[in-house]
Formats: sequence, structure tokens, C-alpha cells
Amino acid sequence: MTNPAPTTANEAAVTFDGVTKTFGEVKALDKVSLSIGRGEFMTLLGPSGCGKTTLLKLAAGFLAPDGGTVAIDGKCVNDVPTYKREIGMMFQNYALFPHMSVAENIAYGLKTRHVARQDIRRRVSEALALVKLTAMEDRKPRQLSGGQQQRVALARALVINPTVLLLDEPFSALDKNLRASMQIELREIQRKLGLTTIFVTHDQSEALSLSDRMAVMSEGKIRQLGTPLEIYRRPGDRFVASFVGDTNCLRGELVSMATAEAVIALGDVRIKVRSEHLSDARASAPVDLFVRPERLRIGSASEPGAMTGRIVSQTYHGGHVDLQIACRACGENLLLARSVGDHAMTQWPPGTEVGISIDAEGGAAFPAG
Amino acid sequence: MTPRSTYQRLLGWTGWLVVILILGFLILPAAVVTIAAFNGKAILSFPPQAWSWRWFERALAYPDFRSGFQNGLIITTWSSSIALVVGAMFAFVIDRYQFTLKRMLEGILVSPLVIPHFTVGLGFLILAAQIGWSRGFAVVVACHVVLVLPFVLRSVYVSLRNLDPSYELAAASLGATPLRVLLTVTVPLLLPGLVSGWLFAAILSFNEFTASLFVTSQRTQTLPVAMYNYVREFADPSMAALSVMYIAGTAALIAFANRFLGLGKVLNIEQSH
Repeated sequence: MTNPAPTTANEAAVTFDGVTKTFGEVKALDKVSLSIGRGEFMTLLGPSGCGKTTLLKLAAGFLAPDGGTVAIDGKCVNDVPTYKREIGMMFQNYALFPHMSVAENIAYGLKTRHVARQDIRRRVSEALALVKLTAMEDRKPRQLSGGQQQRVALARALVINPTVLLLDEPFSALDKNLRASMQIELREIQRKLGLTTIFVTHDQSEALSLSDRMAVMSEGKIRQLGTPLEIYRRPGDRFVASFVGDTNCLRGELVSMATAEAVIALGDVRIKVRSEHLSDARASAPVDLFVRPERLRIGSASEPGAMTGRIVSQTYHGGHVDLQIACRACGENLLLARSVGDHAMTQWPPGTEVGISIDAEGGAAFPAG
Repeated sequence: MTPRSTYQRLLGWTGWLVVILILGFLILPAAVVTIAAFNGKAILSFPPQAWSWRWFERALAYPDFRSGFQNGLIITTWSSSIALVVGAMFAFVIDRYQFTLKRMLEGILVSPLVIPHFTVGLGFLILAAQIGWSRGFAVVVACHVVLVLPFVLRSVYVSLRNLDPSYELAAASLGATPLRVLLTVTVPLLLPGLVSGWLFAAILSFNEFTASLFVTSQRTQTLPVAMYNYVREFADPSMAALSVMYIAGTAALIAFANRFLGLGKVLNIEQSH
């Protein structure tokens, strides 16, 4: 976990202010405002069609906003074409020019800037060294593996010293192991260069592990903006709670409300939760409690104050075990509980009656929708 | 492997037989003409009774064929090059922009496909006579441009459709002006489509007869027109010999293009990347 980069208004590298974009009948972005600090790694996370890619394209200048302003380095760029914006962009399919060698690809942005030839050569080899691809200069993109192509794309975007780096789902084409190592490497380079980065993804685990801050989007709006820790621990609404990370949704009833805490009844069990999202709810109103699977504790069925349930199935993941549990309080849906280590495999085989208690710190309650 | 039944085997043989018959039918005319070209006698007959190269010599030496070949090269080069530039520009406009009357523009551009060649030729002949151009190359070139334009347009348009837009966006993000993007990214990536479009246009233009008959004069007549005029007077196998050279020339051209660009790309049946 990293600390968020400082983000005061005058230090913002990229600012969206009340940005609106409509495609035909569809409102892709609805008055979105977002400020990205210098050196910050900002992730735009959301399902497809949420507007995250549109926002990135507005930053790149591939699209113009219907309303609002986009500013880079404090200057409004609404009317500045892409080629004057000093951005580095990495595409989902890398978009390496197939008719140029690796070196020519990387040199492309330097040639458009009329950099002297010997400087181009030096900077291309520096960029190749940065992404650990020396001795590949003369290859054509199609002779490279997916991971190597991605490194070239990164080198090509970085060599021009962009004001902001824009990443459009750059890891989606890589297999899982390569993806993890490329993510670490990208983040290292980004930190080393102190490069402002906007990263678009639909993969919530990618967003949680990479971002300084992340904006969770749906239907053209930012639903929540915060550090990964804030987003995961204290989701701002039902959408964020269910989209980011695994979660269980339990239907309960509001018993009592205080300023900071509320008490919810799940069958016979009472649970204390933060009341921040329940301010409008009255006593005995239906409430949905979202609980992370690792916040469910499994114990013996006779444990006092626990819900009772029956193990339906186990899924072994090596480092942890996922348990699907049927319980009366959660109705037709199965509960997902996560148990660290592998003792759960022998301790709670399918069919076992267990007691489930909820770690209230991990719960987020919203009025039933 | 399970043993195949007699019925299945029979079906297999019949299938192959049909394929061979169809392929044979496709190359039959060329085969007949090729054999007839080596006839020793001065008649177009099949099969020949004696064998000779003399009709090739006569075809190569005949002045109208020589000038027709040269005229054809001039007209083909100009018309397919002009059609390439014009067609590529229209393909760009149709692919990249939305505007009213777009369908109508497309319709007009491909209309030479449905208008008979003699109509196009006759139209150009009347026009050319009006402005006194009927004896020059310009009217023939103009006529051929119209006739081959739909093919070039189609070829470039398909290549443009297959072009991933992210290449151009990437170039723009790297600071390239729209003109630079066009010259360093778009055109190089479209090259196979442009070459195949040009090649199709060139072959069509060089072989075009109906419209050419109207718009050419004695000075500008193309090879097919010269061949037509020849066959009205003589009936010897020079025609067949010339046809064989025609086929060999075109095949060589395609083989050459295949060597440097790949046949799939030239014929536009593969994606360019």
C-alpha cells in the first residue's frame, strides 16, 4: 500500500471539470470532475460502458468534450489537438507500427519533435535499457512476444518525457504470471520517473494493487474516489461494494441508529456497523449488509451469537480456501467465506454444520435497494 | 480409422471428378488458344496439324500490335495511377466522414459497374467530339479512369476498414501532425491495398476493349482494339500467339507482385498486418 500523492488544486497535472460526453442517445460521461495530482497513479475502474475509456480519450484528445473542460498542467486543452498535448499513451493492443523496427517505433515520437539524430540514438537505447530490452532494436514487432511488445510500447510512450502517461488496459492481453511481473515493473518505472499516470481497467484487483487513488465509475459517473484501502474497506455505495472485491450481501433489518453506529438484526443475530450510509433509514427498515468473505469467521455451530449454516462446497486455492455456505439468514444465496491456510479443507468438509460470526469492522450497510 | 463404405468412396471420387471438371473448364479456353498458337498452318484451327513458332514472330513484328502495346502501356499507367489517387481519396472520405448524400456518392462512384462499357465509351466519344479531343490520349485515359475507379475504390476502402485505428491514434499521441500520420503510418500500412488496387486497375485497363473501341483513334488504339481490327482482316494464329503472350505477361506481373508483397495481400484476401 502506498500513500496517495499530494493533490492540491495548483499541483494537479490533469483536471476534468464538469466534463460531459454524449454518443447519440447515450450519455458516456455525465458532468465528471476529477483532479489527478502530479506524479499520481490514478486508476479509472468500472465495467465496460461506464465511461472510463471515454474519459481517457478526452485526456488524449481523441475526443472532445460536449461540455466542461479538460486541463493538462493547468491549461485548458479542449481545443488542443492530440499531437500538441505531450502525452504518452499505451494501447490495449500496443499499436506498435508493424512496418517499423523496435528502434524506429521508439524513435517515432522523437523524430516528430525534431530531436537531433545522435540524441535520438542515445535516448532510444536509454529507453530500451529502462524496459530491459537491449539488443532488440532491429526486430520487427511481430517477432516479439506479447510481454516484449508491451515493453516496446511503454518505451515508446516514455521516451518523449510526456506530461502524463495514459494506459488503456495495457495488461489485458498478457497471461496471469507475466501480467503480475509487468505490473510491478510498470509501477517501479512510474515511481522512479515520478510520472503522472491515468490507468484504465475493468479488473478490480489490478486497480487495488497498482493505484495511488482510484475512481470507481459506472454509467458515466464517478461513484467513489479514494485510495484502494478506502474503496475496499469503506465502499461509498452498493455498486462500489459489489464491484470492487468479493462480497456477500445479507438482508437484515435496522434495529437502532446512533450518530456513528447502527445495529442491524440478521435473524437472531445483532451486528453493529457504521451508520454513515443509513442516515435516511428508519427503525425496522430493510437493510443490506455487505461483508467481505475474509470478514466471516467460521466456528462451531454451538457458538453463541453466531448464525448457523452448512458448508456446501470448498474451493482450494493453495494459500486460502473458499467456503460456500448455506444459511437461513442469507436466503437463497450462498455465503462466501475465505479461510487463510488450508486447515478449512479438513476441518469443515461439505455438510458440516458451522457457526458464522461477522467481523463488524468489515461490513458496510446500505438501505435495501 | 473406420473402413469407408463403397458408397462413401464413390461419393469421394464423384466429388473429385466434379472439381477436376470445373477446374478444367476454367482453363479450357486458355489451353485451346495456347495450343492453337503453335499451329504451323495459317488458319485458326484445333487441334493443329503442324507445329511452329512463326505466329509469335509475326505477332511481335506486326506494327499495329507494337504500337497498340505501347499505347496500352501509356494509357494503363496514366489511368490506373489517376484512378488510384482519386479512388483512394474518395475511399478516405467515405470511410472517415459522415455526411448527407454519402450513399449517393458511393452509388455514383460504383455506377460504372452497372453501366455498360459501350455506353461509357459512346458518352466519352460524343463529349470528346464536341471539344475536339477525339484523336488524343486524354479521352482514352479519362474513359479508363472512370471504368477502373470502382475497383480501386473498393480495394482501398477494404484496406482502410481493416486498418486498426489505434495505429493512427498512437502516432498522433507521439506528436505527429495529421499529414505526418498519413505519410508515415496510414499510407505505408495501406500499401498492399494500394498496390493491389493499382494492379487490378492496370490489368483491367490494359485488357479493356468495348469502351476503348469507341474512344481510340488509329493513333491511340490499344492492343485489344488492334487485335480486333486484325481479326477482321486475317484469320491466322497470330491472335492466339498474342493471347499466349498476354496470359504469360499478366501471370508474370502477378507472380512479381506476389514475390514482393505476398499474393494474399495483393489480392486483398489477407489482412495487411
